[in-house]
Amino acid sequence: MTSPENFLWQPCPAVNCIFETQLHRNNGHTRSLTQIKYNREGDLLFTVSKDKVVNVWFSHNGERLGTYIGHQGSVWTCDVNPTSTLLITGSADNSVKLWEVRTGRCLKTWEFKTAVKRVEFTEEGDMALCVSEQRMGFPGAVTILEINPDIDAEQSDEPFVVIYPEGSKATVAGWSYLNKYIIMGHEDGSISQWDWKSQERLKFHQPHVDVITDIQFSEDRSYFVTASKDKTAQVFEASTLDPLKKFSTDTPLNSASFTPRYQEFVVVGGGQEAMNVTTTGARAGKFECRFWHKILEEELGRVKGHFGPINTIAVHPDGRRTVLTMVIIWGRSFSSGGEDGYVRVHTFDDDYYKFKIDA
Amino acid sequence: MDKSHVLAVNRFTDVERYNQVPDNHTAPPEEEFVEKEHLKSWLTDPQSRDQWVMYRADDVSIFWNRKTEAPEHVYSRTNWTETYVQWSPLGTYLTTFHRQGIVIWGGPSWNKINRFVHPGVKLIDFSPNERYLVTWSNEPISLAKIPDGTPSPFADDDEGNQVAIWDVHSGLLLRSFSVVQSGESKITWPMFKWSPSDKFFARVTPGQQISVYEAPDMGLVGKKSYKVEGVIDFEWSPARPDKEEKKGAQKEEVLSYWTPEIGNQPARVTLLAIPSKEIVRTKNLFNVNECKLHWQSQGAFLAVKVDRHTKTKKSTVTNLEIFRIREKEIPVETVEIKDPIIAFAWEPAGERFAVITTADTPGQSVAGAVPGAGAPPPTTTRTNITFYYLDKSKTVISFKVMSFIFERGQRFLAAPPHVLRLFTHTRQPTLTHLAPSENLEKKVSNNIFWSPKGRHVVLATLRNTTVWDLEFWDLDFEGPVDTAKKVDPAKPEDLGGSIQLLAVREHYGVTDVEWDPTGRFVVTGASMWRPTVADHGYCIWDFKGQPLFKQNIDKFKQLLWRPRPKTLLSKEAMKKIRKGLREYSRKFEQEDAIVDDEASAEVLAHRRRLLDEWYSWRKRVEAQLLEERRNRGMEIRGAVTDGQEDDEVVEEWIEEVIEETEELVPE
Repeated sequence: MTSPENFLWQPCPAVNCIFETQLHRNNGHTRSLTQIKYNREGDLLFTVSKDKVVNVWFSHNGERLGTYIGHQGSVWTCDVNPTSTLLITGSADNSVKLWEVRTGRCLKTWEFKTAVKRVEFTEEGDMALCVSEQRMGFPGAVTILEINPDIDAEQSDEPFVVIYPEGSKATVAGWSYLNKYIIMGHEDGSISQWDWKSQERLKFHQPHVDVITDIQFSEDRSYFVTASKDKTAQVFEASTLDPLKKFSTDTPLNSASFTPRYQEFVVVGGGQEAMNVTTTGARAGKFECRFWHKILEEELGRVKGHFGPINTIAVHPDGRRTVLTMVIIWGRSFSSGGEDGYVRVHTFDDDYYKFKIDA
Repeated sequence: MDKSHVLAVNRFTDVERYNQVPDNHTAPPEEEFVEKEHLKSWLTDPQSRDQWVMYRADDVSIFWNRKTEAPEHVYSRTNWTETYVQWSPLGTYLTTFHRQGIVIWGGPSWNKINRFVHPGVKLIDFSPNERYLVTWSNEPISLAKIPDGTPSPFADDDEGNQVAIWDVHSGLLLRSFSVVQSGESKITWPMFKWSPSDKFFARVTPGQQISVYEAPDMGLVGKKSYKVEGVIDFEWSPARPDKEEKKGAQKEEVLSYWTPEIGNQPARVTLLAIPSKEIVRTKNLFNVNECKLHWQSQGAFLAVKVDRHTKTKKSTVTNLEIFRIREKEIPVETVEIKDPIIAFAWEPAGERFAVITTADTPGQSVAGAVPGAGAPPPTTTRTNITFYYLDKSKTVISFKVMSFIFERGQRFLAAPPHVLRLFTHTRQPTLTHLAPSENLEKKVSNNIFWSPKGRHVVLATLRNTTVWDLEFWDLDFEGPVDTAKKVDPAKPEDLGGSIQLLAVREHYGVTDVEWDPTGRFVVTGASMWRPTVADHGYCIWDFKGQPLFKQNIDKFKQLLWRPRPKTLLSKEAMKKIRKGLREYSRKFEQEDAIVDDEASAEVLAHRRRLLDEWYSWRKRVEAQLLEERRNRGMEIRGAVTDGQEDDEVVEEWIEEVIEETEELVPE
């Protein structure tokens, strides 16, 4: 993993790529991927893509378990509930769908006015938030739906709460610990903390200067990392929005994720916009995914091998399983306009677990 | 008019002014003496480190080089300059560019030393000893444009001029000049070239004359320009006149110029003494397309690169005419090169030079192919690199090829770095030329960077879209490195045989290469100013090509080593130091070790602190979360996962048919 270019970095955690070809050969997706999610145990991996298809895979070998068909537009986002019974997806067809994970049955469709860019269950799975676009005269909104965990139950049609953030629209959002707050990331690089029950904005500041592309929480949801097109990823405390850490890179970032257990790392990825990729070589596009030490704010290494920008990163929720630990999804664009969808699954070598920084 | 008549002119404004001089003299108020800062304070660094200035985004910062450590920050300012920064030639001042003019800074606190008001200034040039400053603006000076009330250095005479010459110490305008109108819209810079003593400066009016001015009076030497029909370009010899009154000593400053063929008169290179304007030496040349004058840094040699066409004018050949200035009668030696030269460079203070030639794209113009200033080769051009040295062993002293066309193919580049040092060459006694071999695709270096102390050379491939090679050469490689046994000038035989390629490195996307003033370090940068494909940032290497430090810096623009003034040590003192080098190096190594330990201890302490802070914060947050969860009667997550040792066992059957045979069982 160490290349002549990063000869001065510390010994890198060893990461191997597996399964990329399998997922591709299985022809899971034909267009670029937008989000990936592990379930709580990490045995299932959910992928959504611009090709309108939602897939679920066995995470240990990359075999496809099933496909959820029904969306009429690009699927932007998905999340799975803690018991792995329900899957929620948001799409450019202005709808949010609830699926039964086991059978692929669509349980409920909520119609929205605009595309839904981000969905997320609460820790208990009794609610889900949906970030919808600001478009065609409709304001961007964060809608909270009540979810009945019983698959046979009737789901409520009416949204539980709707928040309309003023100013810059929300691009991403997530639940903080104990569902106390909703944290939003905005298009202008600001982040805000909301008391969702009273729809009141509690805290607000602007740590980034460009659109926030991703927000992922720590395991206990007490802190989170934002990724932004301004080439930085930053860590904040959820209750105070105090900035804790900052990672400056040289490329616009699309995703950032913590590694739970074993190593205190942050994995970030991004790269040039897909539309500009064909004009430069892979090396120039900065498509590596980078490992940073979360606490020391030092870059430790990079994983290469991507031919296009990294769209989204997810890390296996349980670091103890050495089989599958990280997934990077990336889209590749050609000048003809066609797009491929690839999933890359990387696993860590022993070196990764042994790695210890001098301190 | 003749010599006995002098026409003297007084201005009306002057007459008026002197009429109004008050009769009683009042002494101007005495200004309190303010001690100025020591402008050369950076040289007193206890470790004799070097500084550089770095310009990234809108920030200009000064750093100390700390080799493998992150550089030590000295001073920073946001928006310190509007376009770029430049050091004065001896490193005393840092120059910043602003809409309104130039500001120079210096001293330990980086205070403003002086400012030079010249609206729209784009280019500057210091005299070699930093006494004078020349500035050029693309906007003609317009008094009307300068707002009322602001002090303006310009008078009516300066209206419409574009070049100004300033006294660096006082900040006063000495004179302004208009730009010579020539057919080309591009200006050549430096427009005024300074003699090494700062005493004279000159510029050429192409085709007509060389105007030599005297500083600080700003008048023409001999009150008139030196007319030379057809003159194209000139260069000052860097040698200052000898102070001693010994025979054969150079008494005056020397400049060289060349004229192309005009009618029946051949092209000619002339050496001219200033201020006497005596011709020291001329050399006629035939079939000349273009000449380029390259002085060796001490003025001992002048190499004239001559691009000539054959009689049929169909093909061009290149040769070098080398003037050996210090010898009696100034002998001129012709070195045939044949292929177009894309780069030429003298070893600083040495008797060697390097040329890069190419056989590709014959007929392509190679004018202006000075390192760093040349037009970029459009594609990857295959090149040959040749080093020459002055062979004094024979009765006829002449320049010889040190080594010729290195066989540097793929095979060689693929070898790991530690093998590379075994790559030796034997000296070639005669000038031989080999046809470029077909498989040497990697041979594309197009820039020569000599160490300022000579001996070491970096050959770089710049402005290329696929290759970013850096080659570190040692021209005095004598077995294992023995610092006590340095180059012995009495044994020129050694010069030819010890050339060595120390390392081949790559800095992906490199756009600039710069040696530090001591010749120990090389910085390669990838600047956002040039079209580069890679991360912006810089790398520090030692002279052997070992990477020391690398930093990627978003919006990295410029990194310039702070130049050092000439050493004040006498030759004897330097010899003494060289003798005691072992002693010194032991001391330095000890110091380095201490610094290393300190630095790593510092880093470790910093990390320790960060970790402690983080974990104590985590402890607090976790305790608080646990409390809140308990109060709400929620699942305690950590306990669940810790209690269950339920590592899932995934069984997978893989069947593989190793062999399949079909047999017919007889019935």
